[in-house]
Amino acid sequence: MPVKHKSLFEIQIPECEGDILQIQDLHFSYPDGHQALRGIDLSVCEGEKVALVGPNGAGKSTLMLHLNGILGDNSPVSVAGLAVDKENLSMIRALVGLVFQNPDDQLFSPTVFDDVAFGPLHMGLPEEVVYKRVEKALADVHMKDFGDRLSHHLSMGQKKRISIATVLAMQPHILVLDEPSAGLDPRARRSLINFLKGLPITMLVSTHDLRMVEDIFPRMVIMDEGKIVADGSSRDLLQDEKLLEAHGLETPHLSNQH
Amino acid sequence: MNFSPAPLHIPDGFLTIVVSAIFWLITIVMVGLAVSKTNRSLGEKQIPIMGVMAAFIFAAQMLNFPIAGGTSGHFLGGTLAAIVLGPWAGILVMTAVVGIQALLFQDGGLLVMGANIFNMGILTAVIGYGLYRLVIHQKKGIRLAVAGGGAWIATMAAALFASLELWLSGTTRLEIVLPAMLGVHALIGLGEALITVAALAYIEQTRPDLLNLDNSAREGGWGWIVSGVVISLLAVLISPLASGNPDGLEKIASDLGFLGSGLDAPFQILPDYSIPFLGDTAISTILAGAVGAIVLIGLVVLLGRNLHRQKSD
Amino acid sequence: MHVDVFDQYHFTPSRVHDLDPRVKVLITVLFILSNALLPDGSWPAFALAWLLLLVANDQSGLGLGFTFKRSVVALPFTLVAVSAIFSPQGSPLAVWDLGFITLIPTDLGLIRFFSIVVRSWLSVQIAILLVATTQFPDLLHALEHLRLPRTLTTIIAFLFRYLFVLTNEVFRILRAREARSAGLPGVKGGGKLSWQIKTTGSMVGQLFLRSYERSDRIYQSMISRGYIGHIRTLNPHYMERQDWLYLFVFILFLVIIQFVGWVS
Repeated sequence: MPVKHKSLFEIQIPECEGDILQIQDLHFSYPDGHQALRGIDLSVCEGEKVALVGPNGAGKSTLMLHLNGILGDNSPVSVAGLAVDKENLSMIRALVGLVFQNPDDQLFSPTVFDDVAFGPLHMGLPEEVVYKRVEKALADVHMKDFGDRLSHHLSMGQKKRISIATVLAMQPHILVLDEPSAGLDPRARRSLINFLKGLPITMLVSTHDLRMVEDIFPRMVIMDEGKIVADGSSRDLLQDEKLLEAHGLETPHLSNQH
Repeated sequence: MNFSPAPLHIPDGFLTIVVSAIFWLITIVMVGLAVSKTNRSLGEKQIPIMGVMAAFIFAAQMLNFPIAGGTSGHFLGGTLAAIVLGPWAGILVMTAVVGIQALLFQDGGLLVMGANIFNMGILTAVIGYGLYRLVIHQKKGIRLAVAGGGAWIATMAAALFASLELWLSGTTRLEIVLPAMLGVHALIGLGEALITVAALAYIEQTRPDLLNLDNSAREGGWGWIVSGVVISLLAVLISPLASGNPDGLEKIASDLGFLGSGLDAPFQILPDYSIPFLGDTAISTILAGAVGAIVLIGLVVLLGRNLHRQKSD
Repeated sequence: MHVDVFDQYHFTPSRVHDLDPRVKVLITVLFILSNALLPDGSWPAFALAWLLLLVANDQSGLGLGFTFKRSVVALPFTLVAVSAIFSPQGSPLAVWDLGFITLIPTDLGLIRFFSIVVRSWLSVQIAILLVATTQFPDLLHALEHLRLPRTLTTIIAFLFRYLFVLTNEVFRILRAREARSAGLPGVKGGGKLSWQIKTTGSMVGQLFLRSYERSDRIYQSMISRGYIGHIRTLNPHYMERQDWLYLFVFILFLVIIQFVGWVS
């Protein structure tokens, strides 16, 4: 007895005029009064890979939640020319693939298949398409035969990959990752880095892993206390010891110095 | 993970079809109501909350604490769930917990699951939430005390109903199972009460917004208060009556046609039958009666205060 | 018992494993129902039911004694039924005077007791076979197809997913408690009972808050993937001829068992 779902809407990606992501003067306070974002301006061009770094509590995660309209609609954020408001919300969520830091929060279904199919199903895609999307997404993260596996049996590295597959199956235009390399052992981290490097998609990734930044991300944005304090080429910013230290970051031992 | 079966999880084979069916019926109605109520009144956010809360109750049941005589009791959580999530969501959460314990761990049966859900999910929600709802606008101390009292009564009521179900099925003799079950659960219920209070106090201290009083007050107050108080009173009154004088209860049951014929009407009291400590002695009857009276007076006082407060509003 | 105890048996290929989960759920419930319907003391029928169980064990490829070995967990509860032995109906078999209590076992009481034990033993075994041959998600799908309310199956799905995460959290909390529970020789450690309970209470409170905050994050991750209030899943299960056949044959056996039970 397969369940037939009506298609809610067909995704038609509007032409990206200039930047795929634009944020103008974004402010945000939590209900308890904590002011998390104090005027963020940021634009990301299609195909760009941007790292978002800064100490804990700088507002990185809060910013990321805004990209998907989870915190406050009607924010001065636009994705592919669409304003993030109630009307566009479903479209925005299909365009921006948000992967949370803890894969145990991202993978909430009993099986891997159920989780990867969740996004496409809730976009209202027909079943055949959902199956294809799931298959492709799992193949993309090199976890082809894991569909029937139970999520709680996976290793941390596997969970991280499946988490990424859960949003890749929605075929987003921007991939937003919260600390993807945290909690991974060196081998799993290396393999994740290689995987992200080869992924041909716009990416905005928050991390404390500056060596990964150097490896994958040509552009780097430093946040502190709810503001963007630096935005530029990673190579330059990573050399600036004073700047890094001022914002609680450690200079990595860059490979080009050896 | 070690999973210790609790005495409240009745396995298959211990209840007759009739008893199983009656409790399934009650349970299906209540769970059906709970599903439609939660669908209607709670936002879409409620689904993941109830799901994770069910896992929380399951996990919290692993935290055991020592009770007298080398045995250990563990937390049941029905009252806490009902107070924090509201009674309908509490019933659904406990239904899921009892269901998965039966399906995955064979802790409790399938055909008798209706009775188990009733004992551990529905009774605890009605009693725990109903009594708490009575004092929801009172001071913190009173609220916590009533939450603890509710947790204790709910545990006792669960034990009482489990005993009655077993007895009605002709599986056990009331004069043996009732004192044993009530005796053990008087202690387990004490642990339950203290943990419920400590947990509520902790939550209220760190995240008072989660015990959103206005929010839960919206959920049909008086129905819960009345059923909570009435069922608590019934439990409080039946327990001493039944442990002190099982013949009486047996007579009522057979008058009502429960204990029909043949093997289903098995037990009469042997004249020289008595059990020390909790059996047919004057002291235990008096003791049980006294506890009942105290609880009764407490409830009446609370009800009166609440009515008074409502009027003056 | 370990939470994952049955996972290792799910990948043994067998006819029972391949059956549609709905058929397995129905068979399990019907078998338990049939046991409950059998009159006390219908030993030939109980024996036949046990035989049916053995056949099912064998067909599952897990071995004849598979469920028997794992069913002992359920036995302690039979203590509750011991008092049935002293049912005053039936003829007394002996009189045991223990001083404070006089116990009179009767023949009908004994029959009643053993019937209860056999019924519960049979029922537990088929339930064990069900979970050992069916992955839990399939079981959930079966319940969905059998019209259990979606709200409830969704809660159970979350419960299944997170009970592993949260029990691990409990283990960490308990380990932390143990690591700090040093005992000095000759000193009764552990603190007062009231203190212990208070500690357990704050552990429960702490666990609650962590769980609550987790459900917040899960909700965010759900809405970021398009959730708007209704959970959708794909759970394709198709009844094939073999499924119908197995269901039919099993019911036929149960009818025979009932016949034997009531006629003999």
